[in-house]
Amino acid sequence: MTSLNPSVEPAATPEAHPTASRTGHASTRIKKKTSSPTASAIAVLLAVVWTIPTFGLLVSSFRPERAIKTTGWWTFFSNPQLTLENYQTALGTDGQSGLGSFFVNSFVITIPAVIIPICLASLAAYAFAWIDFRGRDFLFVLVFALQIVPLQVALLPLLTMYVSVGLGGTFWTIWLSHATFALPLAIFILHNFMTEIPKSLVEAARVDGAGHVKIFFRIMLPLLTPALAAFGIFQFLWVWNDLLVALTFASDDTVQPMTVALANLSGTRGNAWELLSAGAFISIIVPVAVFLSLQRYFVRGLLAGGLKG
Amino acid sequence: MDTSAKILTMLLAILLFVAVVGVMLFIASRTERKGARFVAYVFLFPSILMLSVGLLYPAVKTIYMSFFDAAGQAFIGLGNYHTIFTSPDEITVLRNTVLWVVVTPFVATAIGLVYAILVEGAKAEALAKAMIFLPMAISMVAASIIWKFVYEFRPDQPGVNQIGLMNQVMVWLGGSPQQWLLNNPWNTFFLIVVMIWIQAGFAMTILSASIKAIPDDIIEAARLDGVGSLGMFRFVTLPMIRPSVIVVLTTIAIGTLKVFDVVRTMTGGNFGTNVVANEFYSQSFRASNEGLGSALAVLLFILVVPIVVYNIRQLRSTESR
Repeated sequence: MTSLNPSVEPAATPEAHPTASRTGHASTRIKKKTSSPTASAIAVLLAVVWTIPTFGLLVSSFRPERAIKTTGWWTFFSNPQLTLENYQTALGTDGQSGLGSFFVNSFVITIPAVIIPICLASLAAYAFAWIDFRGRDFLFVLVFALQIVPLQVALLPLLTMYVSVGLGGTFWTIWLSHATFALPLAIFILHNFMTEIPKSLVEAARVDGAGHVKIFFRIMLPLLTPALAAFGIFQFLWVWNDLLVALTFASDDTVQPMTVALANLSGTRGNAWELLSAGAFISIIVPVAVFLSLQRYFVRGLLAGGLKG
Repeated sequence: MDTSAKILTMLLAILLFVAVVGVMLFIASRTERKGARFVAYVFLFPSILMLSVGLLYPAVKTIYMSFFDAAGQAFIGLGNYHTIFTSPDEITVLRNTVLWVVVTPFVATAIGLVYAILVEGAKAEALAKAMIFLPMAISMVAASIIWKFVYEFRPDQPGVNQIGLMNQVMVWLGGSPQQWLLNNPWNTFFLIVVMIWIQAGFAMTILSASIKAIPDDIIEAARLDGVGSLGMFRFVTLPMIRPSVIVVLTTIAIGTLKVFDVVRTMTGGNFGTNVVANEFYSQSFRASNEGLGSALAVLLFILVVPIVVYNIRQLRSTESR
């Protein structure tokens, strides 16, 4: 088993792809055939349709509450009224309307939920990739198969277990759940990456008397950075954007993340558009920043994690 | 709990797990002389423990519980499954889920494919792709809020302006504003639009990469044979990217099957828009019907398996080419 889909993966990042210049020719040929005015018009239309819903809410988030509720956001351009009040209210921490503490919770939840599975999975992946032991193939197939289990089947008994050991309603429930659900994919990605490291490198180290622990630290970890980045970003966005796990385990609003707060707000105060718009954009800004700055790894992680869930 | 206490707990949790890895490595280095397999067992121990306790055991327990009643006391055989396939509410749930899983993958993939071909080699290709792709990066909750605003309804009275774009367009076209999210059965389609909006970027990214990987000489040969641009698509592009198309279709289908956030945020599953994943949540954690909730989770599992198996086989055959 090599990486999940080599024919797709590298090409998704043409700027880093050595054969980009070769295929570049082909793409310009295709382009010459399809860049008719109609085609361009359809492309622009699709792009506009795809962007306008987000744009409308973004504009609204900067309009005064009264203006949002009485006139459409498109009237902003004939009658511009700007305010940052919505963001001040949304970021505040007071009672019903403040989302500030939920924003902090999102970070508190996400960071360990990314680091914990990476720590544990890199050890497991090394064992699967480079150590011969009885039952290895069976165990690896089992872990691989666990990727497809929808996490819904684990939630109810897991909640009962957390409550019975006294962890109910704490951050631990969310950290442990996300870490567990991430392990199969993490082990799978890291294992694929480790098996691609030349065998001679590992054997040379063993001849020099290095044990597995030393090889893990000195050879594997430094070479593993791209795989860790790809998985890390995927997991970061998965956890940051998650609603189901948080809603199930974070019964206490001191530990709920942004997604839960927004979903609740949308349910109970569906007309509070001044809060919903600003709140939505506060929660969006983090994944968008990650996406724009780490696009290359992002797409790689996305492709590798297509089956997760 | 104040912010500093939260951050302290967080750091503690991270330190704890880094320490776990440290201890494992220490034990491994001590046992290394006894043989490599001891090292393997030590390395695997934390992961296998978490997977067994946190995923494997709960999954088996859920399957077991799906044969019991709401309180988890009395064994009722296939009773819960019988409910899923016979009660009118649950049949609506199944009907909607089928609609979601059939419509979303095909429409999202078609749009993604068309867009990938249209922007191929265009001047601002990267920007054009980012515009379609961004919905994929944000949470489904945020996406739902964005679209709820598009569908927002204001009564059709003099002096009342529409604030939702869709109803304003209706008014501009001379129609009257609609309750898009309330009118059954069309409201399900307006929810599906949100999922298509999210998934088209995924389809576009993968298919675009696949189109770029088509070798030069094939395109050149087809051109020399006088194949036009529609023919090129039909006889060259589509057959060449067929495996990727299937992977994209199945991957989106799996994601759609488990769609929960969109339905819950936009309608809460009311007005006849409920789907299996949302019904699972409602039954398990709101209605306290553990038996039915478990059965719905098992149903999700059963529905996912064939699609995943097909997907993996497709991936394998793509790889071996």
